[in-house]
Amino acid sequence: MLELNYFLVLSALLFSIGVVGVLVRRNAMIIFMCIELMLNAINISLVAFSSFLGNDSGQIFVFFVLTVAAAEAAVGLAIVISLFRNKESLDIDKINILKW
Amino acid sequence: MPYTTILFYVLAFITVVSAVVVVFNKNVIHSAFSLFFALFAVSGIFVLLRADFIAITQIMIYVGGILILLLFGVMLTTKITDIELRSKNLNTIPGIIFTVGIISILVFIITSTKWHVKAPVVNEETVSQIGKMLLTNYLLPFEIASIVLLVALIGSAMFARRIKD
Repeated sequence: MLELNYFLVLSALLFSIGVVGVLVRRNAMIIFMCIELMLNAINISLVAFSSFLGNDSGQIFVFFVLTVAAAEAAVGLAIVISLFRNKESLDIDKINILKW
Repeated sequence: MPYTTILFYVLAFITVVSAVVVVFNKNVIHSAFSLFFALFAVSGIFVLLRADFIAITQIMIYVGGILILLLFGVMLTTKITDIELRSKNLNTIPGIIFTVGIISILVFIITSTKWHVKAPVVNEETVSQIGKMLLTNYLLPFEIASIVLLVALIGSAMFARRIKD
């Protein structure tokens, strides 16, 4: 029988894989994809809690997470593209104008 | 072993392996396609959790929208024929050690907490429930979400446009 713990551990694993991606990779697009992975992990745990509590409110929160993810993808890609236009690179170590 | 458990293990395996490929593959295009499989498997997990509407929304928004947008971004920002497509790593060992720490803390918390779980109800479809809740209890967040989307749309269009001078 499936228990709540299975889903929560899967969610924790997926979140941690996203974290290691953000920490290790230097490409802005990969960092984007890792952020999407982390948001998905949160969605899994929200849906799991909502299903095992028999309460549908958790699924509403998944919708808001999806909304924010879509907005974040659009704005982030616009920023990445205009960065690429100015710098000709996506290496985030080379994007250091704000750093002194 | 009941077949839902087997299905869960298969989906979890696909999700985790694809996520690892997303993170550690050198080729950005391969990472994007691997993310596709991960998102599909997550939507299967939503089906296992009896959240049918969320599963379909996941496929429509993530796979149909965000992933296509990401692929657009990859194609626009890399010279396809160049070796620019490859990217290097940094701080691999400290990052992995940090992450193993996070995993162990999270798994310890998850397994040691006594979760308040009801017997899962074999409920009817969730679509009508979600619709009712969105238009009654959660009406204000719903409207704010639409404003967030509008602002993001205008902002990204303004950002990505080439500024004429």
